[in-house]
Amino acid sequence: MNLEEYKGVYVFAEQVDNKLSGIAFELLGKAKDLAGDLDTYVAAVVIGSEIKGLADELAAHGAEKVIVVDDPELKVYRTEPYAHALSEVINKYKPEIMLVGATAIGRDLGPRVSARVATGLTADCTQLEIGDFPINPVAGKEQKHNQLLMTRPAFGGNTIATIACPDNRPQMATVRPGVMQKIDKIEGAKAEVEEFNPGFTPDNKYVEIMDVVKAVSETVDIMDAKILVSGGRGVGSPENFRILEELAEALGGEVSCSRAVVDNGWKPKDLQVGQTGKTVRPQVYFAIGISGAIQHVAGMEEADVIIAINKDETAPIFDVADYGIVGDLNKIVPELTKQIKAAAISK
Amino acid sequence: MDFALDKKHEMARALFKEFAENEVKPLAQDVDETEEFPAETVAKMAKYGFLGIPVPKEYGGQGCDPLTYTMCVEELAKVCGTTAVIVSAHTSLCIDPIMTYGTEEQKQKYVPDLASGRKLGAFGLTEPGAGTDAQGQQTKAVLDGDEWVLNGSKCFITNGKVADVYIIIAVTGIIEKRGRKMKEISSFIVEKGTPGFSFGTKEKKMGIRGSSTYELIFEDCRIPKENILGAQGKGFGIAMHTLDGGRIGIAAQALGIAEGALERTVAYVKERKQFGRSIAQFQNTQFQLADMATKVEAARLLVYKAAMAKATQRSYSVEAAKAKLYAAEVAMEVTTKAVQLHGGYGYIREYEIERMMRDAKITEIYEGTSEVQRMVISGDLLK
Amino acid sequence: MKIVVCVKQVPDTKGGVQFNPDGTLNRAAMLAIMNPDDKAGLEAALRLKDQYGAEVTVVTMGLPKASDVLREALAMGADKAILVTDRVLGGADTWATSSTLAAAIRNLEYDLIITGRQAIDGDTAQVGPQISEHLDIPVISYAQDIKIEDGHVIVERQFEDRYHVLKAQMPCLITALSELNEPRYMTPGGIFDACEAEITTWGRADLKDLDDANIGLAGSPTKIAKASDKVRKGAGEKVTLDPEESVVYLMGKLAEKHII
Repeated sequence: MNLEEYKGVYVFAEQVDNKLSGIAFELLGKAKDLAGDLDTYVAAVVIGSEIKGLADELAAHGAEKVIVVDDPELKVYRTEPYAHALSEVINKYKPEIMLVGATAIGRDLGPRVSARVATGLTADCTQLEIGDFPINPVAGKEQKHNQLLMTRPAFGGNTIATIACPDNRPQMATVRPGVMQKIDKIEGAKAEVEEFNPGFTPDNKYVEIMDVVKAVSETVDIMDAKILVSGGRGVGSPENFRILEELAEALGGEVSCSRAVVDNGWKPKDLQVGQTGKTVRPQVYFAIGISGAIQHVAGMEEADVIIAINKDETAPIFDVADYGIVGDLNKIVPELTKQIKAAAISK
Repeated sequence: MDFALDKKHEMARALFKEFAENEVKPLAQDVDETEEFPAETVAKMAKYGFLGIPVPKEYGGQGCDPLTYTMCVEELAKVCGTTAVIVSAHTSLCIDPIMTYGTEEQKQKYVPDLASGRKLGAFGLTEPGAGTDAQGQQTKAVLDGDEWVLNGSKCFITNGKVADVYIIIAVTGIIEKRGRKMKEISSFIVEKGTPGFSFGTKEKKMGIRGSSTYELIFEDCRIPKENILGAQGKGFGIAMHTLDGGRIGIAAQALGIAEGALERTVAYVKERKQFGRSIAQFQNTQFQLADMATKVEAARLLVYKAAMAKATQRSYSVEAAKAKLYAAEVAMEVTTKAVQLHGGYGYIREYEIERMMRDAKITEIYEGTSEVQRMVISGDLLK
Repeated sequence: MKIVVCVKQVPDTKGGVQFNPDGTLNRAAMLAIMNPDDKAGLEAALRLKDQYGAEVTVVTMGLPKASDVLREALAMGADKAILVTDRVLGGADTWATSSTLAAAIRNLEYDLIITGRQAIDGDTAQVGPQISEHLDIPVISYAQDIKIEDGHVIVERQFEDRYHVLKAQMPCLITALSELNEPRYMTPGGIFDACEAEITTWGRADLKDLDDANIGLAGSPTKIAKASDKVRKGAGEKVTLDPEESVVYLMGKLAEKHII
């Protein structure tokens, strides 16, 4: 494998129902940084049926080149024709880096493609940068420059590893959604668009799609919620939980509560977080008017980000909160909701 | 001598622990609160073979040994005393005497259903006027043609009403032994649904409140002649030997309750803060826990020793009596101390320790009180 | 029908992860368990066995101690167990692991291969799809329901906001989600039998169709540049501001964390 032949930072631009997924833009944003460091270009690979029209949107988000693989076989995602398409793109264009979203599609497609083109794949990355491998020089071992260093959490987020793929190309990574920053849209940007069709002949690996069933939202389990807005005795009344519900709605989260709230009959038991309730691990946990008894903390301390709002500055909840606000929840929460809604509209 | 468990017993313990944590523990408070028999849990235990652990495979059991069964009761008791005694009474007091004293026909007829949990078993010895004292028995069985006719009542019967198969001890006549007139005692297998067999009042108990404790009433209850278990007149020996096995089950239940209370207390004292530090940092707490742990360990060794004795010895009365006596007293002591270390939280229902203390008490009473165990042990010493 | 289930022994992270006093992960203190997604895959195989009749073979690659999860699988109802273990296979990344497991599976007859979606230690979700690529068979990832209908598998394949009902030819590889089912428990009798059962052990020499360039640490294209255990967080920032400033502060933090 002549590693020098491989150029460009490529992004698999995931689309569903011919609409680009947010991850495509996030990957382009990161690809632009990496391409800058490597002095190379950013390309997007979009695979589907009748998707040529998506090229401009990719250009507006930083793609200098867009490779379009357009074929009726690619209308709805299936592993084999997509893996064939992306592998053939890699074989033809020889990218130095190939980024894929760590989505339900990307985590299926990525490994299948990496095995087909015989390269390494690092899963669920949260940080990508260009650097040396080994990071520090090791006697008797060549230190390679301009390597993609891929950082990822493992062990349920308890350990962090940085991985390189020094001897194979492309350097492939799947990237966790919501981590990388997209760039501000460049209106009117145009990319060099190339159509490529490697040919699709169904074989044993083609599966048949019998049905596509879109989910209808059901009553939620607080253990599945990514964002929880949790209230305690300090909320004051069952009616006042409305301000928490509005905040949760603005953030796309759910409402949960402390034991005191359940004991007061304000909320049902299945919303209770804590030792005698549920153990939750959301990305964000708002503890509002919750003092933070150890029994409560045991049920939520594993949240990625904990934000506490409490008028008692000695409340133990502040010992575990990443961001603690000493203040009146009745004033802060509604205003926060308002501003979050405003921010969402302006986007 | 090796105190380590082998691989299969280690795996079995892990299984029982996982099952207890996932399936039994979440219901334990509710079972206690509502005093309802945990029928769904029993069905699940049946599905996984927990109701026939020491029974050979050819009789539909799991083909394991008394130690495995003991560990099952122990792990269940760590989270729910009620669930533990259901398994113990069923296995030790109903299946075991049929396996030990039953004819091949009786074993074929009853054991596969019991071991697979399709049917549940119970044992009736105690009467309003007679506990472990067999000569006080009033329930009579009279042979009438091809049938035994039972009259009388049994009380405090675990798994009463929910069980399908009952081992019943009854008087079948008067015999002369060394010049003294004595009651001749026999044992029988009685099925639920037999005409003349009914249930009296449900007892409301201090602990193990979900276990179904009923009075059994026999009024001209006619059972087939072949339902006598063992030879006529051997009933007292059968009952005593059955209780020897049962005591290992109750000892395991007591051990489990003590272990469960200790585990929760260790977790609690690390979290609970008083005067600015966790109560685990106080020497009183540390010393109390040390005593509790030592006694629990000693109880475990006695219980496992008794289980091993049941597997290898014909008689294991003394081992079983020592295990039950000690484990029951440790259960009471440890749960009482656990409540104390929990302070106010120990006294309220949400914290389980309160329930464990109530559940512990019965282990000093049923299947022979601690006083009876002392009689058995000293009787052996002084014989 | 012959079903091969791949399982992995992983440290249990449920109920918290244990740390050494220096803040590093204390792996020795954590219980080794069968990876949850793999267990769901095994349960799916056992249900197919119950429903249609099948022979279920479990395969794991790991240290000799990994035979524990094979015994667990046998005690749940699997028929055969194979442990792939060899010093030269150690340190494998997903490419080398999938190459090795594919070689082991080539020694077996199979209509269906089931793996877990991902392992809780690595969380990569790569080994299943990569095995299918090495064996040149179809893959259906993220299965939330599996049925067999006239010689085909019908699978509900989960996506973020929908699921697809897919029909695939056999042989085929399916990766199972832990949501797929509630795995059965072992039975006490099953445990006793499993402890007597023979576990087939294969080393490097037993894996014929496998290139030395694709195994172990040396055969892994990805290399660890740096690994560290995440430091547990303590108290963060605490501010006392008036309500308007508080909201501005929070909006800043939410934006910084990409929450809004």
